[in-house]
Amino acid sequence: MPNSPPPGSTLVLVGTSKGAFILSSDRSRKKWRVDGPHFPGESVYALAYDDRGGRHRTLAATRSFHFGSTIRLSDDFGSSWTGPERQNIRFPESSGLSLVQVWQILPGPRNEPDLLWAGVEPSCLFESRDAGENWSPVKGLLEHEHRKQWTPGGGGMCLHTIVPDAANPRRMIVAMSTGGVYRTDDAGEHWRPRNVGVRAQFLPNKYPEFGQCVHKVVSHPARPERLFLQNHWGLYRSDDSGDTWQDVANGVPSDFGFCMQMHPHDPETVYIVPMQSDEFRCAPEAKLRVYRTRNAGSSWEPLTKGLPQEGAFETVVRDALSADSHDPAGIYFGTRNGKVFASANDGDEWSLIVDGLPSVCCVKAATVS
Amino acid sequence: MAVSIVLPRALFQYAKGSNTVVLDGPFATVEDALDELAERLPAVTDRLLTEQGELRPHVNVFVGEESVRFLEGLATKIPDGATITIVPAVSGG
Repeated sequence: MPNSPPPGSTLVLVGTSKGAFILSSDRSRKKWRVDGPHFPGESVYALAYDDRGGRHRTLAATRSFHFGSTIRLSDDFGSSWTGPERQNIRFPESSGLSLVQVWQILPGPRNEPDLLWAGVEPSCLFESRDAGENWSPVKGLLEHEHRKQWTPGGGGMCLHTIVPDAANPRRMIVAMSTGGVYRTDDAGEHWRPRNVGVRAQFLPNKYPEFGQCVHKVVSHPARPERLFLQNHWGLYRSDDSGDTWQDVANGVPSDFGFCMQMHPHDPETVYIVPMQSDEFRCAPEAKLRVYRTRNAGSSWEPLTKGLPQEGAFETVVRDALSADSHDPAGIYFGTRNGKVFASANDGDEWSLIVDGLPSVCCVKAATVS
Repeated sequence: MAVSIVLPRALFQYAKGSNTVVLDGPFATVEDALDELAERLPAVTDRLLTEQGELRPHVNVFVGEESVRFLEGLATKIPDGATITIVPAVSGG
């Protein structure tokens, strides 16, 4: 990107099966500039923008089909990227594990500007204390006693979701497919499964202690004890930091889906994109609908204005739904068919902002500080 | 006797732009030669081997014209003056 976007601009980072694209717009979010592909031919399942510590750093998890995975950094909005020389996410030889790919990159709290986390396959959490250059595994998960019983879902055995507790720096939720939700209350030393009430449709015991195929968990920093969960069949809410979960699939055409996004300003508002089933994995009735709750899951409404309502055999995967921090919020999602849709008014109306990309694996929206 | 390792284009950037690395031998096996390569150019071997020291599934290594997958893997013996060629597998999507 030859010209850096000015403060207040909107960034939409799109990872695909064949590289990354950086979409940018001004605050109005009407016209979009598309820059890419970055890393052509490599899949990009995780992207992040980190504006802490005076940086404008973009992080991209790239996977070469032949030569493995790494996290690359750019401090100039993609004009240049670090190599890096050594692959910077590696399991210790003693673990017996080898990295397949990175599924999530999450900048830490603003008061620790060099702290980031990454979720990887095979399931593990990595931590960086130098703004993303070097990474080390979190031992409590690396050596977890359940590891041998975690099994891969369709996408691989991945830790894809990281939800730090905004009020308690020692508490964090992670989710993996399969394995379910785990929580630490002691800064990563110990992790306990937190899946009471979450169904495992594909197991003889539908409510095991762990082993669920959780697809996404979200939370709002203003109300960190409340969590929402999109499951492999099932839509849930927890009001006690994951100790128990209640079904909130009230009025959705299917409770199967992958992605879930919290509204940036309203802890009652959540977005999902239901899929027809775990066999078909496309929009129900070929109508592409985002569903929104404004009452923490008591009811859900379809958002369809501007979205195709016939012949839309679209799939939206677990990290391909995102929100910016403007008011009204911008909501964005990408599809396996290479389309990216955007709404600049909380999801009320949508438009197709880019088409013809490779299969979209992740979408991350951000506002340039 | 020296052993030459011929790299694919994607790895030139990790070998100071070179397409061939010449190592002072002799080496008994491919693994021994890759150990020496890891000392000199660890960024290259990161991309050939997993953390467990296994050849990545879509990377092929030839000694002369023979793939080590059909010989003894990384334990394949290297004749003096051999050329080892790294080739990305014809695979992908």
